[in-house]
Amino acid sequence: MSVLIYVTHANGVIKKSTFETALYARKVADMLGTADVVAVSLGNVSQAELAALGNYGVTRVLADNSSVFTQFDSAAQTKALANAATATNAQVVVLSHNSAGKAIAPRLSVRLKAGLVTGAIDLPVISGASFTVKKSVFSGKAFANYAIHTPVKIVSVSPNAFPVVKGSGSATVEAWQSGVLGADVKVTVKEVKTMSDKVALPEAELVVSAGRGMKGPENWGMIEELADALGAATACSRPVADVHWRPHHEHVGQTGIAISPNLYIAIGISGAIQHLAGVNSSKVIVVINKDPEAPFFKAADYGIVGDAFEIVPRLIQAVKTFKAQNA
Amino acid sequence: MKMLVCISKTPDTTSKIAFTDNFTRFDTSGVTFIVNPTDEWYALVRAIEVKEQLQTGSVTVINVGPKENESVVIQKALAIGADNAVRIDADAADAFFVASQIAAHAQQEQYDLIFTGKETIDYNGSGIGGMLAELLDMPYLSLANHMVIDAAGSATITREIEGGVEVVTVNKPFVISAQKGMAEQRIPNMRGIMSARTKPVKVIAPVSVDTYTSIVNYQLPPARTEVKLIDPENPETLIKLLHEEAKVI
Repeated sequence: MSVLIYVTHANGVIKKSTFETALYARKVADMLGTADVVAVSLGNVSQAELAALGNYGVTRVLADNSSVFTQFDSAAQTKALANAATATNAQVVVLSHNSAGKAIAPRLSVRLKAGLVTGAIDLPVISGASFTVKKSVFSGKAFANYAIHTPVKIVSVSPNAFPVVKGSGSATVEAWQSGVLGADVKVTVKEVKTMSDKVALPEAELVVSAGRGMKGPENWGMIEELADALGAATACSRPVADVHWRPHHEHVGQTGIAISPNLYIAIGISGAIQHLAGVNSSKVIVVINKDPEAPFFKAADYGIVGDAFEIVPRLIQAVKTFKAQNA
Repeated sequence: MKMLVCISKTPDTTSKIAFTDNFTRFDTSGVTFIVNPTDEWYALVRAIEVKEQLQTGSVTVINVGPKENESVVIQKALAIGADNAVRIDADAADAFFVASQIAAHAQQEQYDLIFTGKETIDYNGSGIGGMLAELLDMPYLSLANHMVIDAAGSATITREIEGGVEVVTVNKPFVISAQKGMAEQRIPNMRGIMSARTKPVKVIAPVSVDTYTSIVNYQLPPARTEVKLIDPENPETLIKLLHEEAKVI
């Protein structure tokens, strides 16, 4: 018996989302009275990096460092994970609801004949044979409790929904043959373009976002400067992405991406219902807008009614002072 | 290129969300339904563009739902430019149920490309595309924001990953989930609306599928406490509050 997780890594460095799923899986395993949390690592990750997953509750790591996994193909990754689930008699498989998880989890659901709930925001409630998981629905306007009826369950966990607390421990790392061959890979990755110096928006704990109130793309310097000072990611509203002031991947809202950072600072965004849907699971929301009637103030924890062009530069200075004092 | 586009019916983006029967059912009274935005704007329009570019092929839309969906979502998709439609006559129980229905149809028709939107705005599952791909044993390109494809079915696709994009190549058949960037929304014109009425809509009985998941009940998010306004003359106070009170920095 085991609870299984999937290791997300970029060039051998394990991503924070993996620690979130490990801690989630550990708690699920404890509820089920299962000792083993098994992590499946596909591709080249160092022994030390994998053993350190023990700090987050993982007991065993099955590592297949075959070069077939240098290409991300959801079918091949799914096959490997399914084989690991069968080999370890997995009761529950936990993935992150990130780009890899969104590609793999639905495939795995079919392959293992296992019910899937995507984007879980809380631990499951387990009572006898009943297993229910809470997720956000209607783009953040409500929650639903889903019951999974199949013997094996799959849960993908919303990024940032669970704080990462590092414990201590060391996982046993086992070299393992997943059974995936070159012929299983049908997608060829030509290029990966990442902005390595920036915080990725879906994973960001702090987000500075701006909208039409900034008047034009040339004024985004101060938004980026505030984000850099805080160590935050930048985001934007839909109208701003639509007119190409900012790239599409920064668009948060109902038709963009939904995020749940610890802090969301919205500057010059009125707060249309479609925008709120993508951000209202943020833990703390700050709104800066010169229009006191902006609907966003009703969804905010802190608000400043005023001109962003005056307020943001002062905030940048205040953050820098704060960082210097607390360094 | 023989293409299938999966379309879902969702509440309009401005809908107020409420529940009935002790929070076990979504209250549809007063709700306007639309074609799920990413299904319509990106998946459907890109499929139509591919047909236009290659000057051959067909675009079929498929929906799992009751008869009323023909007037609510299928007519709209036909008016935008799909050639024909298939409706599986069943309530969409859960993602696996829907994917199994679509897969049963697709297995018979042997489509080259199957499109979905990246996720629906009601249940936010994002699972249909991946499930279809596994049921049909096809590659799955999720969260795609760009695709070029030639007549032989060789495609180069850009898909979103954390903090960037991945450019991949793949050959037909495959399943693709489309998001912003893939295409631009099209507004149906009068000719499209008129011709939609004469396009074929095939109704198929559902296949039997095991229930994997079900919704027990819903909850509404707790109301946020009243906003705390900060004097615009002293915005520095905000940083102090975020550190000492909210404890987020």
